[in-house]
This record gives sequence, C-alpha cells and structure tokens, in this order.
Amino acid sequence: MDLSYSEEYERFRTEVRQFLDDNWSEEDRNSSPPPEGQAALMGAVVRTDERATAFRLKAIERGYLYRGLPRAYGGSEQAFDPLKSAIIAEEFRVAKAPGEVVGQGPSMLAPTLVEHGTEAQKQKFVRDTLLGKIIWCQGYSEPGSGSDLASLRTRAELDGDFWVVNGQKIWTSNAKESHWMFALVRTEPDAPKHDGISYLLIDMKTPGLDVRPLRQMTGDADFNEVFFDNVRVPKENLVGPRGKGWVVSRSTLKHERALIGGSFITRRTFDGLVMVAQNAQLRGRAALKDPVLRDRLVQLETRLLASEYNGYRLLTQQSRGEDQGLAGMVMKLFTTQLSYDISRTAMDVLGDRGALARGDYNTPDMGMFSYSYMWALGILIAGGTANIQRNIIAERGLGMPRDGRR
Amino acid sequence: MDFGLSEDQLLLKDTIKRFLAEQCPTTRVRQIMEGEAGEARRLWTQLAELGVAGVIAPASHGGLERELLDLALVAEELGYAAAPGPFLGCAMATVALNEGGDQALQDAWLPKLAAGEAVATIAWGEEHGEWTPSALQAHAAGGRLTGRKLLVPSAQIADLFVVAARDEHGGPHLFAVERDDPGVDVQPMTVNDLTRPLDVVAFTDAHAARLPNAAAVQRTLDAGLILLGADAYGGSRRCLEMACSYALTREQFGQPIGAFQAVKHQLANMAADLEPSLSLVWYAAHAFDRIQDQSTRHAALVKAHMSDLYDRVTRDSTELHGGIGFTWEFDLHLWFRRALFDRSVLGEAIYHRARAAELAGW
Repeated sequence: MDLSYSEEYERFRTEVRQFLDDNWSEEDRNSSPPPEGQAALMGAVVRTDERATAFRLKAIERGYLYRGLPRAYGGSEQAFDPLKSAIIAEEFRVAKAPGEVVGQGPSMLAPTLVEHGTEAQKQKFVRDTLLGKIIWCQGYSEPGSGSDLASLRTRAELDGDFWVVNGQKIWTSNAKESHWMFALVRTEPDAPKHDGISYLLIDMKTPGLDVRPLRQMTGDADFNEVFFDNVRVPKENLVGPRGKGWVVSRSTLKHERALIGGSFITRRTFDGLVMVAQNAQLRGRAALKDPVLRDRLVQLETRLLASEYNGYRLLTQQSRGEDQGLAGMVMKLFTTQLSYDISRTAMDVLGDRGALARGDYNTPDMGMFSYSYMWALGILIAGGTANIQRNIIAERGLGMPRDGRR
Repeated sequence: MDFGLSEDQLLLKDTIKRFLAEQCPTTRVRQIMEGEAGEARRLWTQLAELGVAGVIAPASHGGLERELLDLALVAEELGYAAAPGPFLGCAMATVALNEGGDQALQDAWLPKLAAGEAVATIAWGEEHGEWTPSALQAHAAGGRLTGRKLLVPSAQIADLFVVAARDEHGGPHLFAVERDDPGVDVQPMTVNDLTRPLDVVAFTDAHAARLPNAAAVQRTLDAGLILLGADAYGGSRRCLEMACSYALTREQFGQPIGAFQAVKHQLANMAADLEPSLSLVWYAAHAFDRIQDQSTRHAALVKAHMSDLYDRVTRDSTELHGGIGFTWEFDLHLWFRRALFDRSVLGEAIYHRARAAELAGW
C-alpha cells in the first residue's frame, strides 16, 4: 500500500500544473464563480463562455479532458488511466479551471451517440455537447413510471418523415435551460414493455413542446414537467434501431471516474459544520465543546473518512482493472445517508436558528444547512431511490433472488 | 498511488483463511471455549507455524518482519473464523517489544513468541476503566512493579506480561514481567466471549524490566485498537455472509426469505456500512505503519466505529435468523459475544471518540 504517486505520475502532475499555469491565468482563476447548483455536488467549475471554451479545447488537445471519447468527435482518446484522471481532476479543481462540462449531455448523451448514433448525429452533436454549447436534458422519467422506467407511456408515431410525440415527462432537470432533450418514447405499443421503446433527440424549441417548472420542497424549481402535444421530430433524430431504445440508453461513458474527488462536497459540508459548531453558542458555550455534539461529529467524520478511503480503494481497483463489486455499489447509499446526517447535525447545532431559511442573516450559516438538509432528501431520491439501491445491492451484490416481477 | 493489498498480503490472508476454514470450524472453537486448554495451546502453535505469531517480529528473531497492516489482515481472518486464542495480547506484546527497544528482552522473547513456544500478553486495564497512558495507577520503581490489572487477555496461559505502569518519575512506561515471578497472581474473570478469556493479574513487588522507549506505550495501545477494529470487520463480514446464506435457504410463504424486500434491505444496509469501513481499517493500519502523525487518532476512530458496527451487524444478523439465531446451539452468538469483547476491551466507543475530538483540537 502506497498513497503517494510514483515518479511518473508526479511528472504528469507537474505537466498538468504547468499547462494550467500557462493557460489559465490568475485572473481566470479569480473570476471563476464558485460552483453552485447541481455542478457544486460534483465540485466542478461550470463556465462555458468563450474563454472557457478556448481553454477546454487546449485541454482536450493535451489529452486532459474526455479521455474516453474519440478525437474525431471532440474527445481526447487517451489510454485508460484512472490515476491520471484523478490527478487532472485534482489539479483542475485547485486551479478553478473548467474541466469536463457537468451535465447529462456529456455524461450520457455523448457516449450514447458515439456508440449508437449515425455519423451525421455524431458530427452534429457530440463536440458541441462536450464544450457545453449544446445543453441537454434527459427525458426518461414519467408521472407514474418511477423506478419502473420501462413502463413509460409517452408515445411517438411515425407520420411521413416525422415522429409525432404525445405525452408527458417529469423530474426533468434543467429543461428550461436546455437546447435539446434525449428521450425515451414508446414507438411499438404492442411489443413487450422493454422492446417497444425508441431513443429520440428532440429540439426543445419544437412547437407543441411545453416546459413547466416543478417547484420542490426547497422552494427552488430545479425540475420541470415537459408536455408534448403533437411534437414533430424529424425521422433522422432516432438514435439506434427503432424499438431498441432501451438497449441504446444503457450506454455509458467507459469512463475513468475521478473517484478521489467523490467525497469532495461531503467533506466541504462537514468542514462547514465544524466551523459552525466552533462559532455557534449552545446554552452559553461554544457548541463544539458540547460532549454529545462532539461525539456525533466524530461519528460523522469517521464515516466521511471511510468514504474517502473507499474512494482510494475504488480508484486502485479501477487502475488494476479489477471489478469494484460491492465496494462501488454501496457508495451512493452510504454517502447520501451521510450527507443527510451531516445536515441534520448542523440543524441541532444551529438550535432555534435552524428554523431560518437560506439567505437569512440571523443565522451563522445564512440558512445554508436548512437548505442542504432538504436537498439531501432530493439526492436520496434522484437516480433511483435508496430502496431501489438497496434492492440492487442485495440482488447484484449479495446474490438475493431477483424480484419476481422484473 | 496504490490503496490495495500486495500479492504477499493476499497470500498471507488467504493462507490463514484456508487453514482456519479447514482446521478451526466452530466445532473446534466450541471445544476450546468449553475449557480444553491444551487444545487452545495446540491451535496457537499451529497458527504460529503459519507465521501468525511472528508477522511483525524482525526476521532476525524468526518473524516475517511485515507491517501492522499485514497483522490486521490476520486479525480480520481470526475474527472471521471466531478463532480462539491469545492473539490480541501476543500481538500487542510483540509491538511493545519491537518498539519498546530493550535488546536483551527482544533477544530473549521475540524468537520464542514468533515460534509460538511462548505466549505473551498485555496488562493494561485498571479499576477506573480508562485506557489512556496518563490514567495508569500501577507503578514501578527500582525494578519492582505493583498494581492490579483487569481484563488481561489470556493471562492464564501467558509466560510474559507487558505491563503499562508509571515509572518513578510518574511517566507511563511499559515493563516486562515474567510469569514465574512470585509477585504475579492470576485470577480468571467470568467473561462473555469464551474464545478470548480475560483475567485479573495482581502484581506485588514483581521484578520488572523497563522498556526504554516511552513512546511504545501509545504505539502499543494504537496497535491493539486497530487489531480489534480488524477483528470486528472480519466478524461482521462473517455475520453478513451467514445472514445471506440463511436468507437464500430458509423458505417461508413458499419462497426463500431473501426474496422479501425487508430482508434484502436489511442485508443491503449491512453491506453498505461494511464495505467503506474496510477501507477505514486498512487506512488506520497503514497510518500506523507509514503516516504516524495520524495513527493515534485513526486508531481511536477505527476502534469506536468498528465496535459500534460489529454490534449492529451481529444483532441484525441474529434478528434475521429468527429463533434459531438465539439458540446456544447455533453459532451466531460466538460472534455476538466477540462483538461484546471488541467493544469493551481497550475502551468503549464514546471514550475513544472523545479522545479523537480532543486530538482534532476541537
């Protein structure tokens, strides 16, 4: 076991630093807005202005971004090396430099098109998606479909050169800001439920398409409902064969994931909690001096450390080409529960000020923790609820019988 | 950057695992538990032949000269098998001799310990229930040691005691006392974990050789905490596996109970807690070996975390087994009792978390 990087990797790190010094000035660094919203959850810098694009192009040219995607479509096509990815992610984060664009376009659509798209689709969409010029939303979920995604009912019927789409999507993140949607629609109503689905690219400006913000418990509207009323989509926007959308949608970036950064946001939230506990008073003394609270803080920190070290372990497994097995499968469940518990503890530290919402100056955290306390529930549900995660762990990880109905 | 086990480590772990699976099934565990002392000694000798007793002893003294991480892997396997014997005390005493630094004592004892010919243990616990070096009441002066030590592992079969006590200047130190000394009196305690007996050892003006390096006191304690954490990990892993195999074979309402979501979810929660905690155990052991400024705090964290977790997993696993899990005849309680040992010996979780908070400067 050795937590240092070998000389070769240290040289690589030096190269990356040099590249950043040469191409991302002090002024650039200071002008990068702090990450917020969804991107903050991943600790990324979201800038897609001209300056950022020019920088990204250079970084791709150097092999630093989109390492798993072909050069022909805007990736940098590098040999598999998760340690390099980890180093790139770390150094870019320190320099507040624009890394890979965060969102479902680069992470889900781009690899899908590379694998299943027509040449025209690849040329038209992939590069601009990777540079953040085309913003995508994902049209999978529907009211009532929940975790049984394949039960979706939005239908598309072929009418000459167009698919005519009718139905409704829900929980669509960023639909307001998106230029395009990649959607699953039912094209063969008589086929068994997994076989009748097609994968369609839909221009969000098409007439008949209506986006309505869906306000969530935090008060924000990160999600939307999207309604389709005879929305006409050109035939050539079908990805992969008709009726094979389910298979097409299973493509994912064969991706070196920067696993070390995985706990970055949780670490920041925890450090914020300790800071609040240092400053807040609890019945006349610093909250941090309260023995019950100290005990809870150490418990939380221990779990945080476990998830950080597990990131090292996963990274090592990845670089050795080993299967991550259970160690990888459990992380979402583990970290979402941890995030919630950190925010909940913060609410106790804040005492009566926990009643105050984001933006109120009367609380030392400006209400950030009451916000993250609510948001933690969103993360628990998004991308498969905790109970679905538990099913996956039990069935695929521990060999329990699959649910009879699936 | 490599946070994984080496070929050598995997081999060591696998060797111990296979030996225990073949030679130490729970029938043998129970034989030893039920008082066949000769049998306990025989198992220990067999384990020593595989290198278990000398993992961290220097090669010049017959050991494998590996690191605490390697020893923690062994502890994990012993915990997995609920293997009885003097491992904890021997391992801590070996750390003490290694780090304590008295050449003559090392020459005299390390080869015998590594070969399993002699058994050593650590005498630390006292009436007040604190395990910090600064709280020690036992004291030594002029080569003589006096004090009453509680919860001493496997003292009945120990040939050498490494005793934590104050020296004439009041500072905590480690001392070596031989079993034959007339000032040593060993009385058994009544324990829950019958695989690892605990005793009261009274030292009255016993001949004691001081280990010169005072820093070995904390190091020895840290090593013990990490080894208990590793034992708890191995035991928890075993309880999860037992619960999984039971869930696949036990049928109710016409299907294996593992098909029910409530059961699946309980199992998944155990796995979700366990997997990252393995990384925590590895890191703490690695810190002990290579990142020493973090090791005392991590030892405290790992002991607290793992003993809580072990408690939870053994409890959930027993619940999942239903009535059979609560019987003496069924093996689960062997681990449930080991969890009781791991959570209590060397200090409870709340106490170690308080220490960890202090060490963080909070």
